[in-house]
Amino acid sequence: MALGTDRVNKVDRLAELTAQRDGDAEGASLLRETFGRLRRSPMAISGAVIVGAFLFVAVIAPFVAPYEPGAQLWGREVMPNQNVFVGPRGENWFGLDHLGRDQLSRMLVGARNSLLVGVVATLLGFTAGAMLGGVAGAAVSLGRAWGRRLDAVIMRFIDMMLAIPALLIAVSIAAILGPSLTTVMVAVGLAQVPIFARLLRGSMLAQSHSDYVLAATALGVRRPRIVRSHILPNSLGPVIVQATLTLATAIIEAAALSYLGFGNPDPATPDWGAMLADAQRFLVGAPELAMYPAVAIIITALGFTLLGEAMRESLDPKLRK
Amino acid sequence: MPLLTVDNLSVTFTGDDKRPVRAVDGVSFGMDEGEVLGLVGESGCGKSVTSLALMGLLPSRGVEVGGRVHFDGIDVRSLPARRLRDMRGSQLAMIFQDPLSSLNPVVPIGRQVTETLRRHKGMRGKAARERAAELLDRVGIPDPARRLTEYPHQLSGGMRQRALIAMAVACAPRLLIADEPTTALDVTIQAQILDLLGELVRSEGTSLLMITHDLGVVAGLCDNINVLYAGRVIEASSRQQLFANPHHPYTAGLLGSVPRLDAPRGEALTPIRGSINDTIDWNDGCAFAPRCDHYTMECLTGTPELVPAGEGHQHRCVNPVNLDPGPADADRHGHVAEGDNVR
Amino acid sequence: MSVLELEDLKVHFPIRSGVVFERTVGYVHAVDGVSLSVEAGSTYGLVGESGCGKTTLGRAVLRLVDITSGHVRFEGTDLAELSGEQMRRARSRLQMVFQDPLGSLDPRQNVESILAEGLEVHGIGRSRADRRAKIVDTLERVGLASNALSRYPHEFSGGQRQRIGIARALVLEPDVIICDEPVSALDVSVQAQVLNLLEELQSAFGLTYLVIAHDLAVVRHISDVIGVMYLGGLVEEAGADELYTEPMHPYTKALLSAVPIPDPVVEDAREQILIPGDLPSPSSPPSGCRFHTRCPWRQPERCDTERPELREVAPGHRVACHYAEEILAGELRPRSADVASDTPPRA
Repeated sequence: MALGTDRVNKVDRLAELTAQRDGDAEGASLLRETFGRLRRSPMAISGAVIVGAFLFVAVIAPFVAPYEPGAQLWGREVMPNQNVFVGPRGENWFGLDHLGRDQLSRMLVGARNSLLVGVVATLLGFTAGAMLGGVAGAAVSLGRAWGRRLDAVIMRFIDMMLAIPALLIAVSIAAILGPSLTTVMVAVGLAQVPIFARLLRGSMLAQSHSDYVLAATALGVRRPRIVRSHILPNSLGPVIVQATLTLATAIIEAAALSYLGFGNPDPATPDWGAMLADAQRFLVGAPELAMYPAVAIIITALGFTLLGEAMRESLDPKLRK
Repeated sequence: MPLLTVDNLSVTFTGDDKRPVRAVDGVSFGMDEGEVLGLVGESGCGKSVTSLALMGLLPSRGVEVGGRVHFDGIDVRSLPARRLRDMRGSQLAMIFQDPLSSLNPVVPIGRQVTETLRRHKGMRGKAARERAAELLDRVGIPDPARRLTEYPHQLSGGMRQRALIAMAVACAPRLLIADEPTTALDVTIQAQILDLLGELVRSEGTSLLMITHDLGVVAGLCDNINVLYAGRVIEASSRQQLFANPHHPYTAGLLGSVPRLDAPRGEALTPIRGSINDTIDWNDGCAFAPRCDHYTMECLTGTPELVPAGEGHQHRCVNPVNLDPGPADADRHGHVAEGDNVR
Repeated sequence: MSVLELEDLKVHFPIRSGVVFERTVGYVHAVDGVSLSVEAGSTYGLVGESGCGKTTLGRAVLRLVDITSGHVRFEGTDLAELSGEQMRRARSRLQMVFQDPLGSLDPRQNVESILAEGLEVHGIGRSRADRRAKIVDTLERVGLASNALSRYPHEFSGGQRQRIGIARALVLEPDVIICDEPVSALDVSVQAQVLNLLEELQSAFGLTYLVIAHDLAVVRHISDVIGVMYLGGLVEEAGADELYTEPMHPYTKALLSAVPIPDPVVEDAREQILIPGDLPSPSSPPSGCRFHTRCPWRQPERCDTERPELREVAPGHRVACHYAEEILAGELRPRSADVASDTPPRA
C-alpha cells in the first residue's frame, strides 16, 4: 500500500538523519568522558609527553648510563681551582663535573632519585592528608555532634601544621634522621599534608550539601553508605589534580632541600638538587654544570603542571556540556 | 523605515576541540519605532545569542557571526568598536535575567547609574545625582535618594531589576532589549516589573525586544511575536493571530503544553514528544520534524522557507496546522501524547 | 481517609554568628505552624513564592530537616517521634522527586545503580536479576527504554533525567511522593510530558502526591486541593476549582491575578491586583497578619497586631484573614497600590 510505504520511508529517512546524534550503546561514565577530553587537549598531551619521557629515563637510567655516576674516572682532567673544566665531548656528551665524573650518567641516575623523592613525598602527603581530611569530612558529613567535635580537633591540628614553615620541619627531621633522601621525602611530604587534608575536607563538605546526597537520604540510604559511596568518590577529583600539581612542587622542593644540604650525602646516588648545589660553586667557570639540572627540573615540573592543569580543566563541571 | 532590521543573522560557536555549534541559523526580522516584539523559544533555540549579537556583545574569539543588522539605517556589524560602544547605552540598551550579576557588587547603585549618565550625556556631580534619583523614582524605587548610596546586595531581587531598568533607560534609548527580565523573579514581582516595562516603553515610545520562554508574558505585552526553534524563526505574527491560529505545529504544541490557569480543570495537556536534542540539521529538512506529528517525506528533504499566510503572519512549515480559522478542528490538540524514548 | 497529616508543624533554622564561639542570634521561621491533611490517592498542591517555606515543609515531612515542633502523621504514625533508623525504614513508603533533575542524581552512578540503591538499602528483591527485572519494569513505566540501564545522568535530556528521578522514587512502591518543583527546571514542551506522566502513574498505582511549586497554573492543573503559603504559614486552602473561582485571601487574589495567561484576549481584559513591595525577612516576620505590610485591604489595628487563625469559611475552604467575608462581599475596598512601597531590606 502506497500510504504504508510512504510511512516506512519517512521513518527510515528520519532515523537516518538523526542517526549521527545517537551515542554509543554503552553509557560513557564521567571518568571515561574526562579521559576522552584529556586525550584531545594539547596541554595534556605535551604534559604527558614530558612526564612520560622523564619516567622512561628514570626507569632505564641504570641500564643506559654510560658510566658509573659516582666514579671519578677523569678526576685528573678537571681542576676546578684553576678553572679547568671539560665540556661536552665524544665520550662524555654532557662533559664532566668538578670531580671528573660523567655528567650525563649523573643526570640520568639523578632523574631516578628526583622522581623517587617526588613520588614518595607526594604519596606520603596525599595519604596522610587524605586520611586526616577524609576522616574530618566524613565526621562532619555523618551529621552528629561528636562528628563536628572530631572535625574541629583534626582541623585545629591541621592549622597548627600549616603554621610551621616547611623548612623548619625539614631542619627538625634532618636533625633527627640526619641528612638523607628519606629526610627530604618526609619533609616535603609533611609540608603537603595540610593542603591535601583541607582540600578533601572542603570538597566533601561541598558534596554533602548537594542535591543527590539529599536524594540518597530521602531514599533511606544509611549515612555511612552515603559518605562512602556518594560523597567520597565525588570529592576525590580535585584532590587527584592537586596530587599531580604537587608532584611538580615536590620535585622542586626536594631539589631545594638537597641544595641546602639535607639530601643524600652519598655521591654515588646523585639527585638534581644536590648537583645544582655542587655546580653553584663553579657558576662562573662552568655555568653549564648548573644549567643541566636546572633545566631538567624546570622541564619536569612544567610537565607535571601541564598535566595537572589539563586534568583540572577537563574535570571542571563548568566546561562540561 | 524600520528601526531595526536583522537579515539572515547566524552565529556559530567554534570551540577548540568540539564540533562547531550553530546557535543562530539565519534569523531575520524587523522592528518599527515604538514596537514591542517578543522573541519566544525554549532553551537552546538561540534567542539569547541573537540578542547578544544585536548588541555586539559576543566574544570575538571562537564565534563566527554572519548576516546583517541595521539599526536606524546604520550597519551595526561593520561599526568600529568605539562607535558601537557609544551607541550601546545611549541608543541601544539591554537588561538581563539575573540582576545581581549584572550589577557591580562593590559600587553603590547611584554611582552605577551616574556612570551611564556621565559616559553618554556628560552629566556630572549634583546634576547627575539628581537625574539618577529621578530615574530611580521613575522606575518605582521608593526613597531614591537613600537608595543611591546603597549597594546591590542591600536591594531585593525586584528592586535590583528596577535599578537595572533605570540604568538602561537613563539615556532614553530607542531600543531596549530585555532578555528574560522576569524569569528569576517571583510571580507577584514579575507582574510589577512587566507592568513597569509596558508603561515605560509606551509612554517614552521606546521599542522593546522582549526575549522570553514564557508565552504568557508575551501574550499581554507584545505587539508582534517571533517564535524561534533550533536557531531559526519558525513563526512570526501579531499576538492575536499567533495565539488564536498558530500555524506551525511547534507553536501549536507549545500552546498545548502549557497548563493554563483559566482552563477548565481536567483538560489534558498535549505535550510535544522528545526534547530539544531530537533535531535534524536545517539543511536536511525541518529541524522540528523528529518531534512533529505532521511530518511527511517533504519535511525531510529540503529546508522549509518562511512563507506568508495571511496579513503579517508567516510560518516555516510545509504542513501547517489551523490554516482555516473557524471552528477549531482536531488539529490544534490533535497531538498524540507519546513518551520520548532513549535513543 | 487522610494518609498524611501535619499538625502545627514548625521548622526554625538557627542563625549562628560569632568569630570564636558561635551563638544563636535568632531564628529563620521557615515553617511556622502549618496544619494540613492529604487524602489518600489525591494530590495536594502547595504553592507560594520563594522564601515562603514550601520546600522546607516538604523536606520536614521526610525529616530531611530537623522539625522544631509539631507532628507529621503518616497513616497514624507520628514521623516526628520515630528514631533515626525507624524513619529511615519509613522512607521506602514516602518518596521525593526533586527540582533539579541533574543535581539530584549522582553523576558517577549509572541508571541501574541509581535505581538499585533504594532496593538494596530496603532489602527489596531477592537477587540482582530480580532487582534488575523490577528496575527495567519501572523504567518502562516512566517511558525510558531498557538500554538506559548502563547510561549516566549527563547523557540524558532534562526531561529524561526527571523521569529517572521519578523512577527512583517509584521503584520502592511508595504510598506518598513529595514532588518539589518537579517541572520548573524543564523546558515548556517537556513540562507537559512530565505532568502527564505524574498523573498517569497516580491513577495506575493510586499514589498520593504532595506537589510543591511556585507555578500556580501547574499546581492547579495537577492538584485536587491547593494550599497557599506566605512567610511560613498557610494563608488559604481550598479545592483547586474553588480556589481559582473564589479566592478569599488577599494574597491569593494577588497571586492569581499576577499569573500571565497565554491568551491575548484574556490578558487584555485581565484586572491585576499589584501588591507592592517585597517579601519581608522570615527571620523577623511582621507582627499580626504576616501579609499586612503588603495587603491592599489592610485594616488598621487588628491586622497589625492579631495573627489570623486559619479558619473554615466554607466546607473544605480555609482562610487566614480577619476580613475574608467582608472582602468577598465587597464591603471592603482595596487601597489603590500602584506604586511600589518599601519594606525593610532583607537581612
